[in-house]
Amino acid sequence: MNPLPITEDDLNGFVDGTLTPERRAEVSAYLDAHPHIGRRIAVYGEQRDMLRDAFAPVMDEPVPTELDLSRMIAERRLPRQAPRWAMAAAAVLLLSVGAAGGWSLRDLRPPTSEGVQALAREAAASYATYVPDQVRPVEIRASDRDVLAAWTAKRIGRPIGIPDLTAAGYRLMGGRVVPTEHGPAALFMFDDDRGTRLVMLARPMKADPALPMSPHTEGALNGFAWADDGLGYSLVGAVAPDRLHPLADELRRQIRSEA
Amino acid sequence: MNNEMVRLIEPLIPALRRYARALMRERTAADDLVQDCLERTISRWHQRRPGEDPRAWIFTILHNLAMTRLRRTTQRPIHIGLDDADPASYASAARQEDGLRHRDLVNALAQLPDEQRTVLLLVTVEELSYADAAQVLGVPIGTVMSRLSRARERLAKLMSAEPRAARPSPHLRSVK
Repeated sequence: MNPLPITEDDLNGFVDGTLTPERRAEVSAYLDAHPHIGRRIAVYGEQRDMLRDAFAPVMDEPVPTELDLSRMIAERRLPRQAPRWAMAAAAVLLLSVGAAGGWSLRDLRPPTSEGVQALAREAAASYATYVPDQVRPVEIRASDRDVLAAWTAKRIGRPIGIPDLTAAGYRLMGGRVVPTEHGPAALFMFDDDRGTRLVMLARPMKADPALPMSPHTEGALNGFAWADDGLGYSLVGAVAPDRLHPLADELRRQIRSEA
Repeated sequence: MNNEMVRLIEPLIPALRRYARALMRERTAADDLVQDCLERTISRWHQRRPGEDPRAWIFTILHNLAMTRLRRTTQRPIHIGLDDADPASYASAARQEDGLRHRDLVNALAQLPDEQRTVLLLVTVEELSYADAAQVLGVPIGTVMSRLSRARERLAKLMSAEPRAARPSPHLRSVK
């Protein structure tokens, strides 16, 4: 069998030690037979050793305090509060709408059913528990999306779509199964570049299998809840309703198109 | 999540500092860069794809930050003359002879175009696989290989053309 011709890639691989033993032997024989190329490759090998030696001392230096990863994480943890300006902006918007249209705040909300109220309560409780958690906000990370989908489907008794909000600037962090008054629910958490976290909760809705989307508020927390095809959903976050509403619409659209 | 990040990233910090030092050539600028890189790592950790090698992932962040910074500032000298270079910032003081050779090498390295210097450092010093280097640089593997060949050839030429004793004033050398 004729050996394959030696390529420049082989020569680089020889210098970097990435060849198989067989190929290495072939290249070695070739270099012996072609001394001028052999000399060039020997120089490349010395180059490699010298580069490594020249920068090796950096590896032994003590890592400066500013580059202590654990400390950096701990410092980021401190001031991550819900942005108050978002609430203020929402209030201003509602007031201005009220002034222009003569509405009161209460009129904006459709009468909420008991099902939506329960969902809103449960979503807010999960939000309060898991969103401030800096160590383990989610049990299964987004990188294990399939595991998350399988787990939530198994516990809830049917598959729950995991929506994608990246187009809106929110990435899936992951999720978990959480307890509610109405049995296990699936929680998915999202965040944006500023660290603003959103929670979507989903669980079976026996009483109201289908409900139009309606807003709900719990303290500083805004949410939108709806039910489709026997599953109830709520998206909550410390985000102004006018910013949250399109996200909830997008979630519902994706879940419907997946179903 | 953070525990896993610390476990995987912390051991890489010395190598990140080394790559940054080789590119920026100055300790403070290099460590600034690594700090930026770690900040980004913390905020983007959850965006890693499943099974993605954290080493290639974080080197990509560092590399892109370095390129942005080198392009933005004009601080990058085309080369640093012997007198201007701070030997303590990169060279080993173990043996004087080694130290001098290292300085020559680092000065020659500084004359390579960014695309050749980075690939050479990633492959030889950081020991990234060609595939990982391709990922970090955002180019196909074939491009990594051809840049690597050109970098080696050019560096060999620079080193052999400039024996220390006969080195002309670096400020007068024309740079192609």
